[in-house]
Amino acid sequence: MERSVSYGGNDLNLEATELRLGLPGSDEHEKQSSPSARTSNKRASPEVAEESSSLSNSNVSDARNGDQDSAPPAKAQVVGWPPIRSYRRNSFQQKKTEADGAGMYVKVSMDGAPYLRKVDLKVYKSYPELLKALENMFKLTIGEYSEREGYNGSDFAPTYEDKDGDWMLVGDVPWDMFISTCKRLRIMKGSEARGLGSL
Amino acid sequence: MREERTEMSKDDDRSPPLDLRGADIAESSSKTRNCVTGSGHVTGLNPMEFQAPYPDQVLENVLENVLQFLTSRRDRNAASLVCKSWCRVEALTRSELFIGNCYSVSPRRATARFSRVRAVAIKGRPRFADFNLMPPEWGAHFAPWVAALGSAYPWLEKVYLKRMSVTDEDLKHLAEYFPYFKELVLVCCDGFGTRGLAVIAKKCRQLRVLDLIESEVAESDMDWIGEFPESGITCLESLIFDCVESPINFEALERLVIRSPSLKKLRLNRFVSIGQLYRLMVRAPQLTHLGTGSFSLAEGVAHSDQEPDYESAFAACKSLVCLSGFRDIAPDYLSAIYAVCANLTSLNLSYANINAEQLKTVIFHCHKLQTFWVLDSICDEGLQAAAATCKDLRELRVFPIDAREDSEGPVSDVGLQAISEGCRKLQSILYFCQHMTNAAVVAMSNNCPDLEVFRLCIMGRHRPDHVTGEPMDEGFGAIVKNCKKLTRLAVSGLLTDQAFSYIGTYGKLVRTLSVAFAGDSDRGLKYVLEGCPRLQKLEIRDSPFGDDALRSGLHHYYNMRFLWMSSCRLSPQGCREIARALPHLVVEVIRDEGEVIRGECEEHIDDPFDILYMYRSLEGPRDDAPNFVTILH
Repeated sequence: MERSVSYGGNDLNLEATELRLGLPGSDEHEKQSSPSARTSNKRASPEVAEESSSLSNSNVSDARNGDQDSAPPAKAQVVGWPPIRSYRRNSFQQKKTEADGAGMYVKVSMDGAPYLRKVDLKVYKSYPELLKALENMFKLTIGEYSEREGYNGSDFAPTYEDKDGDWMLVGDVPWDMFISTCKRLRIMKGSEARGLGSL
Repeated sequence: MREERTEMSKDDDRSPPLDLRGADIAESSSKTRNCVTGSGHVTGLNPMEFQAPYPDQVLENVLENVLQFLTSRRDRNAASLVCKSWCRVEALTRSELFIGNCYSVSPRRATARFSRVRAVAIKGRPRFADFNLMPPEWGAHFAPWVAALGSAYPWLEKVYLKRMSVTDEDLKHLAEYFPYFKELVLVCCDGFGTRGLAVIAKKCRQLRVLDLIESEVAESDMDWIGEFPESGITCLESLIFDCVESPINFEALERLVIRSPSLKKLRLNRFVSIGQLYRLMVRAPQLTHLGTGSFSLAEGVAHSDQEPDYESAFAACKSLVCLSGFRDIAPDYLSAIYAVCANLTSLNLSYANINAEQLKTVIFHCHKLQTFWVLDSICDEGLQAAAATCKDLRELRVFPIDAREDSEGPVSDVGLQAISEGCRKLQSILYFCQHMTNAAVVAMSNNCPDLEVFRLCIMGRHRPDHVTGEPMDEGFGAIVKNCKKLTRLAVSGLLTDQAFSYIGTYGKLVRTLSVAFAGDSDRGLKYVLEGCPRLQKLEIRDSPFGDDALRSGLHHYYNMRFLWMSSCRLSPQGCREIARALPHLVVEVIRDEGEVIRGECEEHIDDPFDILYMYRSLEGPRDDAPNFVTILH
């Protein structure tokens, strides 16, 4: 009995747990001459091709077998394809996200101000630089950071909302960690701000 | 089948250092037995001459003096076949041992035959394991080798390992067992970390070469650079650690470089900034090979007017011929290297995300360039510039910055065509792209008759010629037909059985063949197995080849180093047939780890599997196979 190789059953919904390199929800359709691929008779019959696509090491729904899914499926990434060693792949993943778009703009609100501003965190290399920029932008003095007392001696305290949704005092964590978790900034004013100093 | 085994199967891989050419024991396996038993398979002299009462000792001394000059392992394999006496003397005079597959022969057997070895090269995992096609922990452990080498060759000087698992313990043993140890080269290895490196640095007082190439080095807080002896001149000639993904003690490195006047090759990792690079370069203007590290400023350091004069540092390195690194390049600094470009024979920009304009400023100076590795960010235009200048180019590798099937694809048939027209001496090419045409590939086959290695990776699976819509059969057909020296081929794109028919008909010298998502039926693989007598290494994935095709290679598998087939149409039954027909073939069937929860593999020997990996061996099934590997019998 000849049994053909399969990945372990088509009933495992491996697509759900599949690692992808594209953004979630991005449905990049094959751009090049798929029409000619479809019309070419050289490929095996759809039935066979379907089988061969399930043989590949991940669940790739072959875009050319349009009858499988109603919507054109994203070309999911196949394991080990293209054949690039992971260290090489990874070194550009990082760079892509860093060079992505136009910097890292976050909203800055200040208590009492009529409208918000935006700053590009990428432009600054350290806290003093950022704070100075905020001071200039809002025409105020934030003062010196101290681990013990926060921004003592000032009416203002810079805070930020992190990835978990918590409001944190700017300055506690290393700069790199800060820019990767900061979602927005808020400059707190008045008694609320002073209160932080006595925590 | 026996006749074919005596033919010297050529064994080649481009990466081992030139000075490590030994003999492949596994290829001469039958010859080993022949030599020892003196059976009828011996070729050459009349067996009667063995028994003549002639001063054998004199003859052997003469032989020894002559054979010691043989360096090529193929020549040595041939010599060892002449007769028992030559076999014995060849074994005595072989100083470089090359093991192409660590499981083809046991350490004990290898060291028993060759008693005076000073340099060892061992290769382990199959290449497709690099692409996560197989669970890690498959094997290829260096440990049993280091133990055997330790007792057999206390004078051992050089070790070269590729795709092996090496632990810190193993490195510790290396340092302990071999007081004359001089060279360690680890390519695509893993399993060790900075602790192991620290022991090597500290204990190997005669170390000349420590080369870590594309290896995975586990991080620890061990300052291994600091473990080199603190005082006195070192004999270090080569220090390559660009793959180490953790920071190093720069001050210690600087001190080391100062104390190493023989240092010729230095390849830094990306944790060395351009400012630090400068400091090292002024200390070592004698360098011939330089890996620049990040080639950008350190974190938190800003551009200033007081930056060192990088241009003059490069200009002072008058012997520099090989430049690499640029791991995090700040393109503004690229102009610093202009002074050395005219002398460069090798330039590796494959981590530098630069565009065509930026490349042009550099490449126009590089008239002597023979080896060029680059990212496709330079686009076809960049390749055209390279083609216009680098008339002496021998090896080109174009890597994708965005390694996905449906990304933009900045290089295409246009770039390939340009290269073929400009670089007529091309011998080796690795080219990743999204769009290709048969015409460009045919052009290359005509323009570059010296091609030995042709590896084209069209990243979209099953993608045809983007202009004609045809399969890529004719292009690859032209390559095998016109490039008479072709020994290594990797195919891609939409390919039918016809492509394989061409390969079988014309690819008479092909030793290594890589196939992915190609072919229509068993016939494809049959063409290759029946047509390519020199085939040594065959790796196939996701192609519709089944048991019938597998059977057609029975006459040839003993001549091969290995066969890898994953996600094809094979059945356990078909593979078992092969295992039974060829007792000296180890037939491994590898299942994804997730499928092996169930326990004893024996019960599930007929379960579907992902990978077939088979190789000849003198030793039978290995005893270190993990539970996701089943060895058929």
